Amino acid sequence: MSDKAKKGSLYELTKGIIKENPVLVGLLGMCPTLAVTNQAINGLGMGIATTFVLVCSNIVISLLKKVIPSTVRLPSFIVIIAGFVTLIEFLMKGYLPAIYSALGIFLPLITVNCIILGRAEAFASKNSVLASALDGLGMGIGFTLALFVMASIREVLGSGTFMGLKIPVLCDNSMLMFIMPAGGFFVLGVIIAVVNKIANKKPPQTLGCAGCPHAATCQNMGACEGEEKAE
Amino acid sequence: MEYILILVGTVLVNNIVLSQFMGICAFLGVSKQMKNSLGMGAAVIFVMVCATLCTYPIYILLDKFEITYLKTVAFILVIALFVQMVEMILKKVMPPLYKALGIYLPLITTNCAVLGVTITNVDESYNLAQSVINALGTGLGFTLALLLFSGVRSKIDDSKIPETFRGVPATLIAASIVSLSFMGFSGLIG
Repeated sequence: MSDKAKKGSLYELTKGIIKENPVLVGLLGMCPTLAVTNQAINGLGMGIATTFVLVCSNIVISLLKKVIPSTVRLPSFIVIIAGFVTLIEFLMKGYLPAIYSALGIFLPLITVNCIILGRAEAFASKNSVLASALDGLGMGIGFTLALFVMASIREVLGSGTFMGLKIPVLCDNSMLMFIMPAGGFFVLGVIIAVVNKIANKKPPQTLGCAGCPHAATCQNMGACEGEEKAE
Repeated sequence: MEYILILVGTVLVNNIVLSQFMGICAFLGVSKQMKNSLGMGAAVIFVMVCATLCTYPIYILLDKFEITYLKTVAFILVIALFVQMVEMILKKVMPPLYKALGIYLPLITTNCAVLGVTITNVDESYNLAQSVINALGTGLGFTLALLLFSGVRSKIDDSKIPETFRGVPATLIAASIVSLSFMGFSGLIG
């Protein structure tokens, strides 16, 4: 292993955590980000479940990249991902029943999380097994972190607790709005704005095709973007 | 009466986008123009109802062999195949409709709202009629949210917003306010 290769694999791991954070920079996987983050522990559980599926599916898809014909690759990817989702459902049901019931329908919905299919299409189907595994792990950690931060803010402000522990002054003056759906949109909007400010870059003006969660699966690349421009 | 309750519940009270958080990606991506919102909404309603009709017999089959834990795999595969098939058939048989819905169809496979509805139907153990009503209501709710929000967004684009909040952050905060207004419906059904 040369020095350059080592640096490369470290980059694959760390890029997903901040620089290409799937939620805050890539704007992917919004649905679980908003839905399960009313308690820090749920955010953490969702993040770990997604990371597990992401790493496993990246490894398998990378191994099978020469076997899967490109015309049927998307259904194949989805089936592989759905298989691992079923696995994690069983594991969670067995070992973490409380989180399992809190996550509810969003656990099977990991299957259609745009981050996983996006990484499969954009990275795992083109790169080596090791690089894909690290990429999956990095992206998963980035997703988990984003979820955990957001869930902590919402739990502390909304119910005055953190990981179930009461916080002295806040728990008597909780702002219920933050654990309601409206609070989810609000907190995510503010976090993205703050990240933009810190990164000192222009916020994404439009989702466009680059930021479109469906870019990986979209067969009409640019069609929708063209229409917006025509306006 | 029961059907009306399901319909009202899914369109207004438990609106799929604004209180269930499904289909957010499509909601943020397509709600820029009224016309696109309508097209996407129509495509979603159509796919949801048909996917419900397809997955209902499949679940009965899975249940018979006691392998219901495979529902996620089976459902998503059916939805993916179905969307692909509809696209091909529409292209051949009804070109005008394909032109109207065409761009939105491939996006729907990965729209979590569609898989979400089929799984909700199973979890709530709805019968066929209830499932179809549920799918229809959810689709209508999705369209309503998209249409309302496209109106809000055209106003945001015209207003002066601090640099950091421009674009996606402002859109999310506006969505938060729209979602807040939908909370007013929460007392509508018991």
